[in-house]
Order: sequence, then structure tokens, then C-alpha cells
Amino acid sequence: MSQASTAMTSDVRFDVKRARADFPAAHQEVHGKPLAYLDSAASTLKPQVVIDEVADAYSRDSANIHRAVHLLSQRATMRFEEAREKARAFLNARRAAEIIFTRGTTESVNLVAQSWARTFLHQGDEVVVTELEHHSNIVPWQIVCQQVGAELVVVPMTDRGEITVEAFASCLTPRTRLVAMAHVSNALGTVLPVEELTALAHERGAVVLLDGAQAVAHVPVDVQALDCDFYAFSAHKLYGPTGVGVLYGRERLLEGMPPYQGGGDMIRSVTFEETLYNDLPYKFEAGTPNIAGAIGLGAAIDYFTSWDLAAVHAHEEELLRYGTEALTSIDGLRLVGTAQDKVSVLSFVMDQAHPHDIGTIVDAEGVAIRTGHHCAQPVMAHYGIAATSRASIGIYNTTDDIDALVRALGRVKEMFG
Amino acid sequence: MDLRELYQEVILDHGKNPRNHRFPEPHNREGKGYNPLCGDRITLRLRLDGDRIADVGFLGQGCAISQASASTMTEAVKGKTMEEAADLFSKFHAMVMGEGDSDEDLDTLGKLAVFAGVREFPMRVKCATLGWHTLNHALGDDGTEARTE
Repeated sequence: MSQASTAMTSDVRFDVKRARADFPAAHQEVHGKPLAYLDSAASTLKPQVVIDEVADAYSRDSANIHRAVHLLSQRATMRFEEAREKARAFLNARRAAEIIFTRGTTESVNLVAQSWARTFLHQGDEVVVTELEHHSNIVPWQIVCQQVGAELVVVPMTDRGEITVEAFASCLTPRTRLVAMAHVSNALGTVLPVEELTALAHERGAVVLLDGAQAVAHVPVDVQALDCDFYAFSAHKLYGPTGVGVLYGRERLLEGMPPYQGGGDMIRSVTFEETLYNDLPYKFEAGTPNIAGAIGLGAAIDYFTSWDLAAVHAHEEELLRYGTEALTSIDGLRLVGTAQDKVSVLSFVMDQAHPHDIGTIVDAEGVAIRTGHHCAQPVMAHYGIAATSRASIGIYNTTDDIDALVRALGRVKEMFG
Repeated sequence: MDLRELYQEVILDHGKNPRNHRFPEPHNREGKGYNPLCGDRITLRLRLDGDRIADVGFLGQGCAISQASASTMTEAVKGKTMEEAADLFSKFHAMVMGEGDSDEDLDTLGKLAVFAGVREFPMRVKCATLGWHTLNHALGDDGTEARTE
């Protein structure tokens, strides 16, 4: 189903039982039923090694970083910087200085909007986004467009939820200065052909930001191969803690950008007359960061990459195929988003019931899915609906989870059919 | 958790076939309601005769709870004074929030008491009160949209 997964085949059989055993939250009952967690696109569960690493960071090295000479601070600093190196290796960035720790994808996008775009965009310039973006890759651009008088241009998607090269190309003009797009759609699961689209944008001299929040756990990411200028993701969608994420930025661009926030750690020297900013990446990391969170992200990357990722992707692809078949055989159910290249997400509507009623009923059966607009109201508007139900897959899911969802949807039909 | 406590027959019936699902003509008040959680919207219009609700109806899309609640509400407040309607809302609100529902209150609420089960589903309180917030808004008519949050 996914080009990304088929491009990277693996002979290793993924041991989902062993993976599932690593996630304590997966092993609980809700409303007296075994939990079937199918909401990883909102936030993944955390493996014990990540939980332990965060607890250990606070129990042992509970100190501020880049400050004191005492041992705890040294150890905390070392672990924080090790996590940066792990994120660099994970994204295949050239240098650790290109890895900025943020609160998550949203802050990463806002950083680029307020530091790069607000500085370098002018009246009449154009920012290109796509119709399937999450609100966090729309609103920061609307804000900066208003501030500088730039225009927001939206690439329309097809009814299957795809962004075609042709539609994208026709939105590029000599005024296009920046393209911001999802690597993978959170509402539909569509994998965008970002490598090709990035090359097209670069031909026009535009800078490209990829929102990788929904991609990192499901498709291979290599920022050098993608050749993007910025790449944003959140730890909590990669089996890591909430409240921490990464902005990758091309060093040349980051060097030329003013700080996003002022404060401690981002300065070299301060007087009331003049302040000299720190080097990359610290110039963009004002204030005490989420130290334990970043260390936890490092542990999440270690955990995730300890698996054969091609086997993980193949396992998820198989589950998505299984789920697609199971759901489409339900009378009155319609999948929303049927892109050829798609990962992890099964968004759907049912004739019989509203998504919120579906969410409540399947929850009573122990099945956790997301219902609502998924912070992608323009996607909902495209299909003329207010909301969908969305089941999404993670490393720990099995066909049993999909079966539980199908049984629970049977309950919905019993009640509303 | 007993779902039948939430999805009572009356609620399923009104959810599927909402009553007063049309705009009264003429009307002299309008309220718009929006639930940012799910994107549901309803528009409610009514004809106020003095301080009495002579007729009321609503249009919109939403889940069974929000549609049934708006539907039963229109039945309950038709013919009532603004003050009586406000009193019903405060009793209804207290009931779905689990903040007291004396037998006397439940008597006053009549058919609306089928929504008592909502208190076990805190995520759904906003669905059950969308119609009521919209009515409040129509009666106050301050020109803004009623929101559940």
C-alpha cells in the first residue's frame, strides 16, 4: 500500500507480541473490556524503557543543563545532548546543530513562521500549503501572512485525499517563497510525494517545511534524501513523552534567522546596550527546556530503531490492509481518504450514527478511537462532513484490535441500525 | 458501563426523528450554536410573544445526544415563559452535570429526565447542552454564536 514500505522490504517477521509486551498501558481493561488502543495518530503509548528513562532522568540527574559545573548538571547536559545526537541520526541530518528541541511539531512550525517567514517574506509573497493540513500547519502561516501581507495559497486535494504533482505544480508561481506541507496526513493517512514536490518547490527557489508529526513512526525519514529545508515532529507520536519535539533546519537557513524567543541559554553575552546570541542550536532554545522529555525522546528513538523498521512498516501495512477489508465490508460504512499511498489511518463515517455516538459506544467495548474533525476542518469541509471516526495503528496493534473494533461497530449498528 | 442508560429509547427516537425540526414563521429571535469539539452546528429560531415562547424550531446536524436534546427541549419550552425556560435549563444542567437532581426537579423536567445518564459520560455533556446554550443565546440575542466551551 505504501511505496515507502514496499521500497524497503524486509525478510524479518515482526514480533508484535514482543513489541506489545513493552507497552504497559496496552495491558489494561477499560469498562471491563480489554483495551484495544487504536488512537496512535493522536498519541502513541509509551514503552517501559521510555517511562524508565524519564523517571531515571528525574531520579538521578535532576539538574539544569548547560549551567553549573556540578556533576548532576554535567550528567543531565550529557544526556540531553546525547538525545540531540540520536535525533540527528534518526533524521539523518548532517549536524547535531541542525536539531532544535521544541515543545512539539506545533512549536516547530511556529518557530519557522515567526523567525524565518516573518523576517524574509514580504508583501505579495506566497506561502503554499495543502488542503489536507493539520490546523497547526495552517494557522501559523495565516498569522505570519497577515503580519507581512503575504498570500496563503492552498493546493487542492483529490476526493481520495491525494495531493497530485500536477495540482501542486499549478500552485507554484514566481512569488512562491515557502511551501509547508504534511509528510503524512493525520486525518486521512495519505503519504504525500514529498520528495518530488520538494524538488519542484526548490526549482522555484522556495523553502520547504515538512510536517512530519504523522510520518516519523510510519515511513522512513531522511532529511538529506528528502532535501527539505525544515522538518518538524513530536516525540509523543513516536512512542516518546508529550511536550517535546524537534525542528530540523538546514544550517545555512538557521544561521540567517533571528531568535524565536529571548531568554536564558540562547545568549552569549547580555548588556543593556547589546546582546550577542548563542550558536546553533542554542540560539533557538531559550529558557530551561523539557530536559527529561528530550532524554525520553532519545530513549524512544533508541527503542523504535532497535526494531527492523522495514519489518515494522510491513506489519503496519498488513494491519492497514486487514482493517481496510474488515471495515469496508460493514454495511453503511464509508472510508474517508482512500489514497493509493497511505499509512496507519482508517478514517470513516457510518450512515447509521454520528462519529461521537460511535466513539462513545466503541469506548464502552474497550476500543479507543478518535472522533471529531482531527484538527483538520478543511479536510472535513472537502467531504461535506463535520467529523469522522478514526482508527489508527501503532507498533503494538494486532488483528485482534481490528476485530474488536469491528465487533464494537456491530454494537453501533444494533443500537442505531 | 451501561450504554442503555445513555442511549434511552426516547433519545434514540428523537435523535433519529427530531421534533420541531423546522423554522417557525414568523420568528423574532435566532440563536446559533457551535460545539468546537465535534464541529456540530445548530440554528434555533423562535417566536416570542411577550415573554412567552409561542413557537420554536431548530435545524442542524449532530450526534444523537445533541439532536435528541434539542428536540426534546423544543417540546418542553414551547408555551413556557422565558423565566420558566431558564429554570428548566438550570435544572437540566444540574442533572447532566450530576450536581443534584431531587425527585422534585426530575418531576419538573419530565421527559427531559431521560438525559440523566449523560452524567456518567462527561465527554458528552456538551452534546446534551448545545441546544440549551443556543436557546439561551436566542433569548439573550447578543448577536454572537453560542458555544459549548
